[in-house]
Amino acid sequence: MARNTTFRLTFWKLVFLFIMAAGVYATFIRFTQGLGASTHLSDQFPWGIWISFDVLCGVMLAAGGFTLTAAVHILNIKRLHSIIRPTILTAFLGYILVCAALMYDLGKPYNIWHPLIMRNPHSVMFEVAYCVMLYTTVLALEFSPIVLERFKMEKPLKLVRALLIPLVILGVLLSTLHQSSLGTLYLIVPEKLHPFWYTPLLPAFFFLSAIAVGLAMTIFESSMSSKHFGLQLELPVLQELGRVLIVVLGVYGILRIEDLANRGALKLAFHPGYETYLFWLEISLALILPLILLVQPKVRNSPTGLYFSSVLVVLGFITNRMNVSITGMEGSSGVRYFPKWTELAVTGMIIAIGFAAFGLAVKYLPIFPAEELQPEAAQEPELEVSAASPVLENAGD
Amino acid sequence: MSKALLYDSTMCIGCRQCEQACATQNHLPYDDAIATEEYQSAHKLTCIMTRGDKFMRRLCMNCKEPSCASVCPVGALKKTALGPVTYDPAKCMGCRYCMVACPFSVPKYEWGKLFPKVQKCVMCPDRVAAGKQTACAEICPTGATKFGERDELIAEAQKRIRENPGNYVNHIYGLEEVGGTSVLLLSSVPFETFGYREDISKDPLPMLTYRILSHIPDFVPLGGMVLGGVWWITHRREEVALAEAREAAEKKNGGKR
Repeated sequence: MARNTTFRLTFWKLVFLFIMAAGVYATFIRFTQGLGASTHLSDQFPWGIWISFDVLCGVMLAAGGFTLTAAVHILNIKRLHSIIRPTILTAFLGYILVCAALMYDLGKPYNIWHPLIMRNPHSVMFEVAYCVMLYTTVLALEFSPIVLERFKMEKPLKLVRALLIPLVILGVLLSTLHQSSLGTLYLIVPEKLHPFWYTPLLPAFFFLSAIAVGLAMTIFESSMSSKHFGLQLELPVLQELGRVLIVVLGVYGILRIEDLANRGALKLAFHPGYETYLFWLEISLALILPLILLVQPKVRNSPTGLYFSSVLVVLGFITNRMNVSITGMEGSSGVRYFPKWTELAVTGMIIAIGFAAFGLAVKYLPIFPAEELQPEAAQEPELEVSAASPVLENAGD
Repeated sequence: MSKALLYDSTMCIGCRQCEQACATQNHLPYDDAIATEEYQSAHKLTCIMTRGDKFMRRLCMNCKEPSCASVCPVGALKKTALGPVTYDPAKCMGCRYCMVACPFSVPKYEWGKLFPKVQKCVMCPDRVAAGKQTACAEICPTGATKFGERDELIAEAQKRIRENPGNYVNHIYGLEEVGGTSVLLLSSVPFETFGYREDISKDPLPMLTYRILSHIPDFVPLGGMVLGGVWWITHRREEVALAEAREAAEKKNGGKR
């Protein structure tokens, strides 16, 4: 038994070290020889996987942060409180890694601060830059109580707690803006983006899918954490998230089909071709399969069913972002884009760092409820709330 | 008044002197090998394309309402009142949104360089500001590329089509495309032959994104108030419920005492 676990650890450490070594070497190539040597980008295809995956998907995968803080602090759904810390941790790490990835993709990364003083309010990119900058700051502050608690710094802790609600509101506003703005980015290319994906509703679709992925990621990481850190699974909470996920996916699906039909793009879905296959891959992974799974109470209420559905949703919307930014743009560009090994190595390294940092944070900081509930319970009269909950239910009438 | 270029492909003899003059003007290399490249790149800002005995020129259209300038987060690209769409490499951070957004895919990138710039024809802004023609128009031996006031060039182009309808397709490319451009093209064969898209929008593209962006100043205070309101309601409800529960408990206790 003991030998088995040591072997497993060493194996994963080896994989991690290999990914890191490849990533560091790719980093060296990127910053000594430039974008031409380190990517398959070209004048025909100027945005590759570092934008598609690292930025567009990265921001989407971190959307659990604003979804869950809004549910817990604004809508006051206390049952979800136990999973809010890992979600904020994921979001905070996600945004830091998105910023790191941008440093690779920008031609002149040392000018990344320019939007601070050179403003063009007509540019979606300018808005995204500002929102991401501000929201990363908000996330740092939302995350700070965890660190402050760990080191028992009472005064700053009090200050951050007092600011919590305005911070949460600001975070939700900023997220709504830039999650949708990543879709708005593509509104300016009506002639270039394939009709499967170009629609005036892009901002709405990006926002809705961010919420869906935020929920799915929360289910995913709670399941993973319970497996790997030996924590108890918050099953009732995840079941509730699963139910909300059905609603969000349903709304997204109806809007998406209606939009495709209105623009006359639906009939294109039955012409075989490169775009069509990837369109159906996206629709099956993101909508059809998870909806079929989740509407069955047996699946929705089982940990494995929830886990698989959430993985499908995450993969489906990753496909969606890649389709918007790569598949849908290839036709008009006249070239096919496939990332170079260096691009994949950097992306792999960024993902690996994300996993490692999450693991370390869970190990050294009070992220999960077991450690978390005690100081909270001492401060807030949690017991009284639960005693009053039957009354609460009636209060809505 | 805004200046423009009119390129009449029926007058072009394919001598490529415009390519050479452009390279000299922009301090770019030019030799026989580069002369054979019939596409724009970071070292070739304009090119003559040949299809059989027909020629066509390609350069930045210097749109009246350019997508590139609208999407640039730091305002490195700018439309000047005189017509040229200029580029300031010192501001640029290299996000390449201009390349993605341009409906004509004009901006090119110095992929091989460690400190790369965007490269595109900027319509010789210094020469135009000094009252001179662009380098390509000045050198053109046949007058195929003509520099002048945009309005006058449009009238001229219309006159040429009217007087020689058999010589031209009845379309001034750039008159209406994406809301009008500062480069106007005339051709005897459909523009599609040379890869100029005819299905391009007649409306300026920047409106597509600005329509959404312009709502942000309303969205932030409104959204903040709504969220704050929801927060207040949900928490107030809890407070009331708590108080009622406490009251009920007190009554019970009081009754017993």
